[in-house]
Amino acid sequence: MSPLARAGRWVRGHLVLGLGVLVLAYMFVPIAVVVLMSFNDPGKSKNVYAFRGFTLHNWEHPCGPAGMCHAVGLSVSIGLLATLVATIIGSMAAFGLVRHEFSGRGLANTIIFLPMASPEIVMGSSLLALFVSTGFGGRLGFWTIFVAHVMFCLSFVIVTVRARLAGLDDNLEQAAMDLYADERQTFWRVTFPLALPGILGAALLSFSLSFDDFIITNLNAGQTTTFPMFVWGAAQRGVPMQVNVIGTVMFVIAIAIVLGGELNNRRRARALVG
Amino acid sequence: MAALTAPARAAEDSAKRVGGSRWTGYWLLAPGAIWLGLFFVVPFYSLVSASLFDPNGSVLTGYKVNYHVGNFATAVKDYHPELLRSLWYAGLATLICLVIGYVLAYAIAFKAGRWRNLLLVLVIAPFFTSFLLRTLSWKLILADHGFVVSTLQHLHVLGHDGRLLNTWLAVVAGIVYNFLPFMVLPLYASLEKIDGRLVEAAGDLYASPFTAFFKVTWPLSLPGVVAGTLLTFIPAAGDYINAQLLGSPGERMVGNVIQSLFTSSQDYATAGALSLILMIIIIGMVLVYIRKVGTEDLV
Repeated sequence: MSPLARAGRWVRGHLVLGLGVLVLAYMFVPIAVVVLMSFNDPGKSKNVYAFRGFTLHNWEHPCGPAGMCHAVGLSVSIGLLATLVATIIGSMAAFGLVRHEFSGRGLANTIIFLPMASPEIVMGSSLLALFVSTGFGGRLGFWTIFVAHVMFCLSFVIVTVRARLAGLDDNLEQAAMDLYADERQTFWRVTFPLALPGILGAALLSFSLSFDDFIITNLNAGQTTTFPMFVWGAAQRGVPMQVNVIGTVMFVIAIAIVLGGELNNRRRARALVG
Repeated sequence: MAALTAPARAAEDSAKRVGGSRWTGYWLLAPGAIWLGLFFVVPFYSLVSASLFDPNGSVLTGYKVNYHVGNFATAVKDYHPELLRSLWYAGLATLICLVIGYVLAYAIAFKAGRWRNLLLVLVIAPFFTSFLLRTLSWKLILADHGFVVSTLQHLHVLGHDGRLLNTWLAVVAGIVYNFLPFMVLPLYASLEKIDGRLVEAAGDLYASPFTAFFKVTWPLSLPGVVAGTLLTFIPAAGDYINAQLLGSPGERMVGNVIQSLFTSSQDYATAGALSLILMIIIIGMVLVYIRKVGTEDLV
């Protein structure tokens, strides 16, 4: 076979993979830009949509822009609190759905699916309508944002944990029961540890959703400013480069958590085999 | 969601019911159900009442429900261009997402080998930087004197003073970019379950790769296609961030209108009506679509 034909065959064999990698590259270009812009020195220029020179200034003074770090702190506290509540009550619901009998399962499934399938603007405006009509219109802030975030995180937690529980081998639980573990012991020593990766994944997803949410938050925040709202406000005038520092840090932390979890899984799998 | 829930349901049906009284299930479900009931279901009622507010109400004088159905007529009359534009942009973006998302999902499911898990992590990685920051990055990438625009002008794809930013093209590209992972993940979940031997069998029976794809792989991936297109189209139709940051006022979508009616002009009556109209159109389209494609296994 001529080298040219061989090359042609190689290209054909790898065409789909190559196109897939191109699509992935498309997904990563903007992230690379965020990282790059965190080192940008805009100088005195008002046009911040261009790279003008390298500087470490943004990383040395991340809290330079007034109000930004306060907004980040607020987003982190709302994110942690909403994640905690959504993960606990969402996981309980997932256990209930997978492991227990009851009627009305179809209705429950529909109500869980709907928040994931509704446009955020509709959910956000309905919630605002509720707050306004119940007299909370003047008290929008931390707690109304918290309520909204738990609401839209719940469905994602339930679906994630339920998928993990459904994939579990129930022979393990049966084995524990055969070895005279009572229900409580079986749950805490077998079922819960097996479900834990799913629960942690759901928590990570909830925090990202909450930290990143803009549309629903913006409608229900009143005068309170979360980090995405800060970015939005700044985008009308000119974004301080430090927002890219926060974006980069969040990205690195999340990737570290995901990769750490993956490595941990592999190590455990190897320990089991060896 | 079909992809996730089909095995879930099988497990629900066959799972050994681990103990507890027959009320345990309800107790476990109660807090989540109450939260979703109070803050997801009840607000729809509030939205319906807001859409029937007296249009002359204001923050100072208060809002009264006087069943003013005219709010719906006002909303359609004043804002039908934005409404239609939203559906058109979201539809186009969903189609593009389906094509390029299918390629990526297919590559991960069948061609990636031991890199599969890494590639999946890379698909969800963009979720971990802010949605707004990534959209602002596009503003830089597509900027008037930027690399992309100059290259395209040089290649005469764009005219001499052609631009990308503040055009409908930038808005649709932004929507495609932002919602692509919602398309890829369900597609992957469906494709991954396909038994490779079926495709081989088609080949053994002298089907060309194209025929094998359209007669075997594509039909088997339909649940993922349905879930992916819905999870892309629905949020895209309500999105206004891309239109605001990457478009000009000529690309305003219905989300922009609802948001500014609620927050700036505090015209809750029209905003509520418009929001409800959007929801009704979406539910209508979804029902027709699901009936056409013939998947019940959605929830």
